[in-house]
Amino acid sequence: MSDPVSAAAAVFQLWLLIVVFFIVLPAMFGVSLGVSGVYIQVLVRILQVRLPGQKPSPSAGQRSHDRAGEFSLSDAIYFCQKGLESIVEDQVTQCFSSEELASWNLLTRTNQNFQYISLRLTIFWLLGVFVRYGFLLPLRVALAVIGLSWLMLGTTVVGFLPESSVKNWLSELVHLTCYRICARGLSATIHYHNKENRPQKGGICVANHTTPIDVVILANDGCYAMVGQIHRGLMGVIQRSMVRSCPHIWFERSEMKDRHAVTSRLRAHVSARTKLPILIFPEGTCVNNTSVLMFKKGSFEVRGTIHPVAIKYDPRFGDAFWNSTKYNMVSYLLRMMSSWAIVVNVWYLPPMTIQAGEDAAHFASRVKSAIARRGGLLDLAWDGGLKRGKVKDCFREEQQKLYSSTVVQNGIEPPGSSRNPPEEE
Amino acid sequence: MGSRASTLLREEEIEEIKKETGFSHSQITRLYSRFTSLDKGENGTLSREDFQRIPELAINPLGDRIINAFFPDGEDQVNFRGFMRTLAHFRPVEDNEKNKNLSNTEPLNSRTNKLHFAFQLYDLDRDDKISRDELLQVLRMMVGVNISDEQLGSIADRTIQEADTNGDGCISFTEFIKVLEKVDVEQKMSIRFLH
Repeated sequence: MSDPVSAAAAVFQLWLLIVVFFIVLPAMFGVSLGVSGVYIQVLVRILQVRLPGQKPSPSAGQRSHDRAGEFSLSDAIYFCQKGLESIVEDQVTQCFSSEELASWNLLTRTNQNFQYISLRLTIFWLLGVFVRYGFLLPLRVALAVIGLSWLMLGTTVVGFLPESSVKNWLSELVHLTCYRICARGLSATIHYHNKENRPQKGGICVANHTTPIDVVILANDGCYAMVGQIHRGLMGVIQRSMVRSCPHIWFERSEMKDRHAVTSRLRAHVSARTKLPILIFPEGTCVNNTSVLMFKKGSFEVRGTIHPVAIKYDPRFGDAFWNSTKYNMVSYLLRMMSSWAIVVNVWYLPPMTIQAGEDAAHFASRVKSAIARRGGLLDLAWDGGLKRGKVKDCFREEQQKLYSSTVVQNGIEPPGSSRNPPEEE
Repeated sequence: MGSRASTLLREEEIEEIKKETGFSHSQITRLYSRFTSLDKGENGTLSREDFQRIPELAINPLGDRIINAFFPDGEDQVNFRGFMRTLAHFRPVEDNEKNKNLSNTEPLNSRTNKLHFAFQLYDLDRDDKISRDELLQVLRMMVGVNISDEQLGSIADRTIQEADTNGDGCISFTEFIKVLEKVDVEQKMSIRFLH
């Protein structure tokens, strides 16, 4: 009876050995065996099976603001029209749901509006399910576990060393190798562009935020000091071990509210020009990678050199967006690991600094536009906090002010008079 | 885990909505997925809060009046049928040629029905007339704090004076239609829903 068990154990050990030797070790040394490249080529060929998909066409809203400077009962119709348009489709909520595809990529989860097309496609899909869940997922989970354990083990060991350049070098090595393993664990193919603009020590790297995996993507090509909130659970454990070897900036949730404290800590880190560049996501929340939302100005008040980075995921291979209201971290990672692959383009933009006479909010907006342009994303002014919170009243007041200015253009007649101008007394 | 309302729209329901509102099959399914994405409570109905969560609607000065139009009987929840019935008012009139209207009743997106929708934005207590007080309230919503009470009062007085033909100091629906007879309501109250 023990034979099948021992046979299974032997197979598992063999599989693990193969994984370590052919994937983990080459990954750590940055060597590629070329398998991923071939895989991606095959995928692209298969997924070129284009289907008649549906893309939403923009609604042609009326812009009848041809006012004569007086109020008329039809004015309400303008607001009514705008309101109904936003009910049917609005800019903000669609930022927080996954991007729609022009054609199906054989993942059930992206199959929203497509009905049954053909038998051939269904067979492809079934094959896909088998490959993804039966083969790729266990492989990737194993890699992720290995990678994270290595990170925790390595950083703890390095943490025991006294402060020295050797320690820093070792710490960077541990981080880099871990992230490389994790990237393999996601079948991530990353294309870095403009590497000459890579963030330097003492600078601040800002990027658009789509998923926690952004960190893995960026850290594959350099070492960063992370900034963020200490989480509970597995994330918290990882964060705490990371900070032993390298000065990451983790905040307690209560501290995050105190913007002054946050800014001063960041400033202290940046002014010591030998420290690793800080990695910040100024949107403050995950967005679905079709647009860039308002950049919070906190990180732009720190007076360091800003290195903008644009990250764009290719949605054909998997939906990278983390909808935190819908999925928790673990189910999100499982979804990621059962997608086809993650193909991502990273553009390093030239460094930017705040100009004389410019305030932080304007600087933030300038950086945001640069990132949006480079990544081919929509540049929206809405606040990412709208995912969870309500919009501020001042925006409604702005709308009211705009309307009022059109109504009182021609002045108001005193009550009781007709259209004639008031007579002189 | 709780029970989730069925997220699939049955074919019979789609047919019924098609007959009642004139939307096409694909328009209905697309609007259904929009409905479910707004329905955070996942109970098959939308509440006023669900609408308020749309930022562009929350900053609209008449946002509350528009949301109110979805809850005609003073209830707190609107289901998908009610949602579609209200949206149907904004179907472009040209689309009517494409679908034969099987029933004899006036389509929801006729000029009169569109005008009635606009009328109800002003008619706060639903007594089929717009009183001076109601007009003032709606005006106040649109202009905020930027116009004084006196000025607003005179705007309201002038508007009622021009519209009121039977001298009762209020604007009835017929008088409302008369005032807006030159306004291209069919075009201004239409949304291009995709096909």
